[in-house]
Amino acid sequence: MAMIRGYPENMRKSIENVNKTRSKRLDQIIPDLTLAERKEVLDGFHPDYNPKFKRNITWGQNKGDNVPNEVVDVLEAYPMVNPDDIDLSQIDFDVNVLIVGAGGAGTSAALWSKYAGVPKEEILLATKLRLGDCNTVMAQGGIQAADRPDDSPIIHYLDAIGGGHFENNPKLVNALVADGPKIIKWHKDLGMMYDCNEDGSLVQNPGGGTSRNRMHCAKDYTGMEIFRTLKDEIINLEIPYLEFSPAVELITDETGRVAGTVLYNIETKQYFVVRAKTTILTTGGFGRLHVAGFPTTNHYGATMDGVVMAYRAGAKLRDLDATQFHPTGAAFPEQIVGLLITEKVRSLGGQVLGKDGEQLCYPLEPRDVEASSIIKCCTSTDNYIETPTQMRGVWLDSPLIEEIKGKGTILNNLSAMYRMMNRFDIDITEDPILVYPTLHYQNGGIEHDENCYTSIKGLLAAGEISGGVHGKNRLMGNSLLEINVFGRRAGMTAAKEFRKKSTVGKLSLTHVHKSIKALDALNLKDKRYSPTILPEYRSDAVRARLVQLYEESL
Amino acid sequence: MAKAKPKTKTENSTPMVKIFIMGAAHEVPASLTIMKAIEYAGFKITRGSGCRAGFCGACGTIYRKEGDYRIYAALACQTQVEDGMVLTQLPFVPAPKARYNVDELQPNASAMLKYYPEVARCLSCNACSKVCPQEIKVMDYVQYSLQGQIKKAADESFDCVQCGLCAIRCPAEIPQYHVGMLARRLHGKYNLKAPENLEHRVKEIEDGVYTEAFSELMKLSKADLKKRYTERDFIDQKKA
Repeated sequence: MAMIRGYPENMRKSIENVNKTRSKRLDQIIPDLTLAERKEVLDGFHPDYNPKFKRNITWGQNKGDNVPNEVVDVLEAYPMVNPDDIDLSQIDFDVNVLIVGAGGAGTSAALWSKYAGVPKEEILLATKLRLGDCNTVMAQGGIQAADRPDDSPIIHYLDAIGGGHFENNPKLVNALVADGPKIIKWHKDLGMMYDCNEDGSLVQNPGGGTSRNRMHCAKDYTGMEIFRTLKDEIINLEIPYLEFSPAVELITDETGRVAGTVLYNIETKQYFVVRAKTTILTTGGFGRLHVAGFPTTNHYGATMDGVVMAYRAGAKLRDLDATQFHPTGAAFPEQIVGLLITEKVRSLGGQVLGKDGEQLCYPLEPRDVEASSIIKCCTSTDNYIETPTQMRGVWLDSPLIEEIKGKGTILNNLSAMYRMMNRFDIDITEDPILVYPTLHYQNGGIEHDENCYTSIKGLLAAGEISGGVHGKNRLMGNSLLEINVFGRRAGMTAAKEFRKKSTVGKLSLTHVHKSIKALDALNLKDKRYSPTILPEYRSDAVRARLVQLYEESL
Repeated sequence: MAKAKPKTKTENSTPMVKIFIMGAAHEVPASLTIMKAIEYAGFKITRGSGCRAGFCGACGTIYRKEGDYRIYAALACQTQVEDGMVLTQLPFVPAPKARYNVDELQPNASAMLKYYPEVARCLSCNACSKVCPQEIKVMDYVQYSLQGQIKKAADESFDCVQCGLCAIRCPAEIPQYHVGMLARRLHGKYNLKAPENLEHRVKEIEDGVYTEAFSELMKLSKADLKKRYTERDFIDQKKA
């Protein structure tokens, strides 16, 4: 097929429609939906509201909750480690604060436990891949904080709780929005390069479902700028960290409190026992489970490991019925299908269009509503665009941004997007981007309070692993804020626990044995194992010929 | 190099290319990225895959093409395979980062030279810029750092994903990507000061200015909360 500047000839016809309607659309505003209209499009088209993608959890403290099949698959799986194979009498690391997962929440927690008085020798940060292989680093569009005079944390609260369908935990939303400005101040003091206007004020953009412009950004590398600075400080402060060492099971004591974890070095295949007075779980979300068969924006290790480990230890979960599909994942070219096209494209004025070049919906609805409107167009109308590999998508009119805000806006504000598409010969200053919703975020997770205490003693949780902050749907920019707010709070809570005289008891994996018994009673048809650690992407031909050698004989 | 096996029947429907992964030939679908091709060939990646979207720098890859003497570099997750690629991923870059306290520094050349004196060894060969998968002018920001032009160094290095390919290619043994990090932190801290309204809002919240309004909000029934939500005004955005 003939390709013309990155797009096949037949898609070019639809791009002509987009170009033709652009001047007319410059001032055209499509009305946003009422709460009742939102409900209608969600019920009809959002995967969360489609029973075929879900089933009930069959055991444990959330038995009966209706959640995605892929989540049940992980919860209904046997431990990947036989608890009898682990020698708990040999403690490899004995620390006060153990942080599992070195993304944004984990590194914030490590830094704040240090700031709050825990000596660095008493902290251990363990992570599955490298320090910073996480979703934080790939968050692009921005971080919310209500610091402008005509904005307020109260308005931010309303935006967040309405976006979450009023199902959020109010105390957590209060903590989120009230800590926002403090977090930006901390970041500024560390030297993060947030975008500034000429008068020195911070650039603040709108986001889907926000009633004020409060999205702080660092071009479209906001998460990367935040993370690389936090990482720089972890190394400057010499906080010990272990890479390629995911946790595979929590350790409890005879009272049931969490007392550390079993780590597994995925390169050397050794396990290590960590005893800790406080364990902070910051292992992130579940994008790599490909809920409802969607591609994902998430990093390689996003497999919900922390949730299943905590569930076996008795932690309560919430809102796992709600999955975030980002409205605008790349739908073309094939090499980047499912990767994030930041919401900032719409914050800056980009509109969502059908194949006829006309607007489909208000571009800045909350994410679940926006995504559902796009799915509706592609599954119940013929106003979509089809790619050579039969992907359906709609246009995101990026060139419009430069019509509104002037030439150069894209290179200065969306350099990551420009670069990614340009690698495939598409110039987003000239041509629109084809998009379709992509699996983006785990809205629910482990229940915790505003100081990050979970329902189990000795266990704290923060970040995407947790539930309650965002209710049933998170708004743009509230996750970069969440990881900092609750990472910080978890670190400070751990420091408070550090000063208490209590100790942990005898290490055990009794809760793992109990989980195995509960699973045995289910008589499961398919025997699965979790945590997943890394998804399987090898080809079928390779997998058909995999064989496990007897390692003892090697 | 060993010859690849003939194409199997199932592979005939999609166009395939032959690539060499660490010397071994593999037939892979032509549409794949380097990363997906490595997986297709049977490798379960541990080092060499992170965000899979061009932001984390885990998948720095170097390759040559058959009949071409040049060394190419790319992010494996952002680059489509080409017939005849001979490639390897870089599992790790041994380039220690200096320890510093930005609170004790100033945004100038002496801060840069204190922690990275090797920037003075730059030969201006431009190998770093040529290898950068983000097409950053790496040599330029090293020079700006040396000259104490911290803003320019910070801005030029901003899109760095810290893959470390520059440091591997540098004949002067400079860890450029760490140098850029220090420049950005100095610029962000000292040249881009926090605006007054931010400090003011932090103080307001600490002083409890919003405490009462929050507790009022949290007491509202769901119906009243919905009403407050739908009636909120949008002062920054145009609505229909």
